[in-house]
Amino acid sequence: MLRPMSDSYSALALARHAITRSPWPAAWRKAEPRKGYDVVIVGGGGHGLATAYYLAANHGIRNVAVLERGYVGSGNVGRNTTLVRSNYQTDGNTQFFEFSLKLWEGLSHALNYNVMLSQRGQVVLAHGPGQLDSLARKGNTMLLNGIEAELLDRAQLMRLLPYLDYSPRARFPLYGGLLQRRAGTVRHDAVAWGYARAADRLGVDIIENCDVTGFVTEGGRVTGVRTSRGEISAGRTAISVAGHSSEVARLAGLRLPVESHLLQAFVTEPVKPLVDHVISFGAELFYISQSDRGGLVFGGHIDGFNSYTQRGQFPKVQTVAECAVALMPAISRLRILRHWGGIQDMTPDGSPFIGRTPVDNLYLNAGWCYQGFKATPATGWCFAHTLAQGEEHPLIRCFSLDRFHHGDGLDEYGLGNWTWKQ
Amino acid sequence: MSRRPHRAPAGGRIDRSRIVTFTLEGRPLAGVAGDTLASALLANGISLVGRSFKYHRPRGFLGAGVEEPNGLFTVGRGARATPNLPGTLVELHEGLAASRQNGTPSVGFDLMAVNDLLSPLLGAGFYYKTFMGPLRGSWMFYERFIRRAAGLGVAPSGPDPDRYETRHAFADVLVVGAGPAGLAAARAAGEAGARVVLVEQDTLAGGGLLALSPEQPLERWREDALRALADLPEVQVLTRTTALGLYDGNTVALLGRSAHGEPDAAHGEAREWITTLRARAIVFATGAIERPLVFADNDRPGVMLASAAQAYRNRWAVSLGERVVLGTNNDSGWMTAAELARGGAELTLIEQRAAVTPALRAMAEEAGVRVHTGGLITRAIGSRAVRAAQFSTGSGRDVTLPCDLLCMSGGWSCSVHLGSHTGIKPVYRADIDSMVPGSLPEGQFAAGAANGTFSLAGAVREGVAAGQAAARHTGFGGARVQADAELPDTPYTVQPAVLPPPRRGKAFADFQSDVSTHDVQIAHEEGFVAVEHLKRYTALGMATDQGKTSNLNGMALMAAMRGQSPGGTTTFRPPWVPMSIGALAGRSTGQHFRPARRSPLHDWHVANGAVFTEAGPWLRPWYYRWAGDSPESAYLAEMHLVRETVGISDISSLGKIELHGPDVGEFLDRVYVNVFSSLAVGKARYGVMLNDDATVLDDGTCARLADTRWFLTTTTAQAGEVMSHLEFLLQTAWTDLRVQAVSVTDQYAGMSVAGPHSRKALELALPGHDVSDAALPHMGCLEITHEGVALKVLRLSFSGELAFEVYAPADRGIAVWEHILRAAAPLGIRPYGLEALASLRIEKGHVAGSMELDHRNTLDDLGLGRMASTRKAFIGQELRQRPGLQAPQRWSLVGLECLDPDKTLRGGAILFAAGDEIAGHGRGHITSVTWSVVLGKTIALGLYRGGLAHAGEEIICAYPLKGEQVRARIVSPVFIDPEGERLHA
Amino acid sequence: MLIIPCPDCGARDYTEFRYGGDANRSRPAHGGGSREDWHDHVFVFDNPKGPHREYWQHVLGCREWLLVERDTASNTVIAVHRARDREMAR
Repeated sequence: MLRPMSDSYSALALARHAITRSPWPAAWRKAEPRKGYDVVIVGGGGHGLATAYYLAANHGIRNVAVLERGYVGSGNVGRNTTLVRSNYQTDGNTQFFEFSLKLWEGLSHALNYNVMLSQRGQVVLAHGPGQLDSLARKGNTMLLNGIEAELLDRAQLMRLLPYLDYSPRARFPLYGGLLQRRAGTVRHDAVAWGYARAADRLGVDIIENCDVTGFVTEGGRVTGVRTSRGEISAGRTAISVAGHSSEVARLAGLRLPVESHLLQAFVTEPVKPLVDHVISFGAELFYISQSDRGGLVFGGHIDGFNSYTQRGQFPKVQTVAECAVALMPAISRLRILRHWGGIQDMTPDGSPFIGRTPVDNLYLNAGWCYQGFKATPATGWCFAHTLAQGEEHPLIRCFSLDRFHHGDGLDEYGLGNWTWKQ
Repeated sequence: MSRRPHRAPAGGRIDRSRIVTFTLEGRPLAGVAGDTLASALLANGISLVGRSFKYHRPRGFLGAGVEEPNGLFTVGRGARATPNLPGTLVELHEGLAASRQNGTPSVGFDLMAVNDLLSPLLGAGFYYKTFMGPLRGSWMFYERFIRRAAGLGVAPSGPDPDRYETRHAFADVLVVGAGPAGLAAARAAGEAGARVVLVEQDTLAGGGLLALSPEQPLERWREDALRALADLPEVQVLTRTTALGLYDGNTVALLGRSAHGEPDAAHGEAREWITTLRARAIVFATGAIERPLVFADNDRPGVMLASAAQAYRNRWAVSLGERVVLGTNNDSGWMTAAELARGGAELTLIEQRAAVTPALRAMAEEAGVRVHTGGLITRAIGSRAVRAAQFSTGSGRDVTLPCDLLCMSGGWSCSVHLGSHTGIKPVYRADIDSMVPGSLPEGQFAAGAANGTFSLAGAVREGVAAGQAAARHTGFGGARVQADAELPDTPYTVQPAVLPPPRRGKAFADFQSDVSTHDVQIAHEEGFVAVEHLKRYTALGMATDQGKTSNLNGMALMAAMRGQSPGGTTTFRPPWVPMSIGALAGRSTGQHFRPARRSPLHDWHVANGAVFTEAGPWLRPWYYRWAGDSPESAYLAEMHLVRETVGISDISSLGKIELHGPDVGEFLDRVYVNVFSSLAVGKARYGVMLNDDATVLDDGTCARLADTRWFLTTTTAQAGEVMSHLEFLLQTAWTDLRVQAVSVTDQYAGMSVAGPHSRKALELALPGHDVSDAALPHMGCLEITHEGVALKVLRLSFSGELAFEVYAPADRGIAVWEHILRAAAPLGIRPYGLEALASLRIEKGHVAGSMELDHRNTLDDLGLGRMASTRKAFIGQELRQRPGLQAPQRWSLVGLECLDPDKTLRGGAILFAAGDEIAGHGRGHITSVTWSVVLGKTIALGLYRGGLAHAGEEIICAYPLKGEQVRARIVSPVFIDPEGERLHA
Repeated sequence: MLIIPCPDCGARDYTEFRYGGDANRSRPAHGGGSREDWHDHVFVFDNPKGPHREYWQHVLGCREWLLVERDTASNTVIAVHRARDREMAR
């Protein structure tokens, strides 16, 4: 099943191809659906592809299909602001996101695909002593869990990020911040492509333009899926369709604690290096970084009402621009090149669901709110484990679908049980 | 680089009498009024205007307008230096300072051009395949160099000195684009009586007509149209105004620019402004953009869009070549060729099609154009300026033709972007080899070149029809029909461009992103064939020009490689052109970023030495200078004041709600965990509200002022939430309850008079009113009128001292405040701020917003479980019983006393039992800390698993951020006066 | 710009309103309803791609809570009623 190593990516191979002009092989095969698979994963985004890859790589389960309605990576993996970090304080989140960051740190090598993990550090800003205490609680928790963190006072902040607004003009003065040096960015599309290529090389069928229209059930168990390209039987079936979780789960008769909201993202024209870190404003939800091409990438809060439109509201564009200028007055003259919307599945506590569902043989990975991209490797790893073993990986037991029955929500940010305020 | 002056002695839409001087990298140059930076540079013989993003190839202007990918400049000086502006859109003005970008050290001599030699290594996606070794983190090493090499211009380093504005506007009909179709549409809609706004991104209205000589007869039509619009009072024509994006509700974001991009600051003029325009109907008359041809080295300076060469010739009187080769696949190329030839150039036309109409042939012949049909341009020769064009003839022979300008006319791409921003995918029309708008919703219309109608007469006909239809849609019908005779009705035919892979050199589809046929080939081989994959893998269409000249060519190349016919579509995202962040932010910058809420007493605080702090949107006195010069010293003095004598503080920011009606008691019983219906008139009670999920929504007090009139206060942060919550319940769930709720937060100034002498203070301030313990006991309330001012006096305490809250009408707030201060001066009364207020409540063990009331905690977590009534139902009651919320390992509120005399407790410390391994998430954390002036030590409130069941135990407060572990003892959170003797004094 | 026609104030930008979420969930009677009923009311949503009944309050206008039917796939507003009118008609 393994392809010859000559397909491996390296500087040497690049040079050889440049000299010989020999074509590169396809990154992944355009697989045709077969009759059945051990595992069928609905959704060819970052999470679905990572799950397929780890099923094959960690568990030797290679008879796997990933079904994608459009093209690989057409959903949120290609629409986010590329941030990875593990600064979480809630028991469960802390360990899970740190595990994810550790996987990010080895991902390019594991996949033989440069996903360009750039650990330039993230600073979360505080605008007053109370906010800094909240950040301190998070930073202390991180350190106590073996995750590096540094608390910065205003003077340290001025040295590290001299281009922020420290003047008396600033409406919300800068008081300090929490720095995680290992946080950073990853080239988002490369994550989907790298996982797809690596999974394909292990024998996984990646089937694009394949729309799942229903689930086949037998005696209350899911035994396969109906698709626009025919029926496919499955030993176990996984739903991993961020942005459409409720719609797909409904096909199996499930109602979820999920509402779909629109989050906008923005990129400016490319400029020479200006912002090295990822910076999160403390007065409102706003975060900014600079891509390797030179564009400033930023995002804010969800538009605030259920939406599947994949396009944002203009007032939110203005709000985000206001935050940008408030934080960094010098970028006022720079220009936004594009803005776009992604559909984010929001949950009542801002945390996801991964694991079994009330329907036998049907597994769910949904409700990632703002956290989906940075969670990609760990989700893939743990969800694959769950699909292989039929039982949740210990790191994701906290993300169970029935946690609100028990009163075990994981409200990391303390925003209450309204999805549109999360 | 040729130095020959290129300005024709006459003609064009410029004013030769007004010389405009400007600089390029400091070198003085001159242009004339009406020039763009691009036309002025070209008139000065400067054709090398930039270096490409990746390969640093020398580049000249490709276009003359919004489509320009190559000629990007940094314009302006100091804090006004703005990077990446296309020279084609920069209006020349006196003193303009421009510099070219992306050359190291200069655009003329660029060391980074070595990348062009390395280009076989740097094809699409090369970075995904390498830079991974030798170590796991090696990418960070390479990335530094890549980041430095990437980017275009340099961002300004200081705050923007210019002003921006945001506006709102409304129109019956918005017409986007003032070319022939747009002018006709605006006129038709305006004559029907509709309120029309016509926007045009250019400085002049006319669109494609501006590229014709102003001496020719069609200029009359343009002038007539503008005059007609000027005569219609309900029609507004906005030039220098770009429609950036179409949003829901027929809303269009418009960007207006001041003339010459240099606002008149002395008169407060804005540099740019954003208008959110809500239109009832929209006509897209956005025109079309010519496509380049794809052949080897098609990016050399001197290779240009044919339409651009014509525009430079006719609008700016700049002739760029004497010997011109023009390659085309469509009729418009012939017309441009004839126009350039009539202007005096020696012109050779290379037509891809084997045969064209006799009419075209005749026109070319008459203009003196030499024609080769069935020919294909295969290569441009020259490096910094084109010297010759190579083409293959119909019979397969290669011919090299010397030239100084090589024009490309690869057909026209309709500008369908705006109409597709709300998700209406454009569709491909094979007969014109372009995308056209998809099926537009009601109230949206397309006309002219934007709609694939390229003849002048056709565009105007469509414009009239669209204008009338738009007017009709908004209720204005029956306009008279315009008679527009004598407009040329030239047909337009095109054959999709043949895209031969180059034998040598690079043939570019996307100039700014340096995407060549080779890159598309790589994407094809590796399976990145979906349009979005192609764009993301190669960066096609991702540059600052957003693929205006490249998207269709890139997609056609991929289609050809896949053996498919051209077609497909892509998603266009706003904005149409890059938009300044500053313009979007408008005036919401600096202190105006978010409106600050100020108490009615604010001015007094300012005048009397208050230092302010933010409390959400509120500005509140943090401390007063009478008490000290730093918050650390001042708040202690203020605490002493309250504990020992009497102080007064501003609590106006608390949410205040009046409730009226016979069912208020029942209503409050439902929303608070504790009982209110039994509250006697003249009494107040502390209450806690839960959310449906049993987390705490808010706490506060409610006083029964009269049988059916209640006065409720909320925390500052939750005022709006609580009000909406109450309204929601009354309007949806419990419409049968006879209750009216009114927010009176802004109607009252609130002040707390606290301290052992507070009653004496009120007796001095309110002589004649009985505020004795008998008349106004703890948790009592009074309404009185003193010297004509109605006051509410509530005996409530947050500090734990004998205290009163006084509410006065907002406009009498300062008077009442000053009156109390004056009357109680003999007692030594002084104001105290938020820091002292927050510390006093810690000593008393009161929970507070954002620290303990953090939306995650339940009633039981806060140690208030006993408040929950068992006699009646309340919101949150059911879900409060969930096992996770009742589990013994939940944390609950405790007090902490510091046991290490030389150390302090800190907010955010993590709590461990003695003997625990100091790792993981601990048993809780510290929420609030203060120095206790009563106890003379640091005390804190915290949340700890098992709560007060561990009272008396010694624990560890870990603060590894400072490498600190401090011992503390768990005690009751009520540090002072547990029996409440002070309250009842 | 999502524009909501308020029955009291006319067509207004959505920024004048506060969103209140899914209006299809039926709130259990006060003091009644099992824990399961309350769980479903608070935590479980239909979340359809298509017509959606939802609450909006015109906070910067008449402060009326409205029942809005809106297509979440297109943002087309289909119908708007005062929530209290609907509740009282029940």
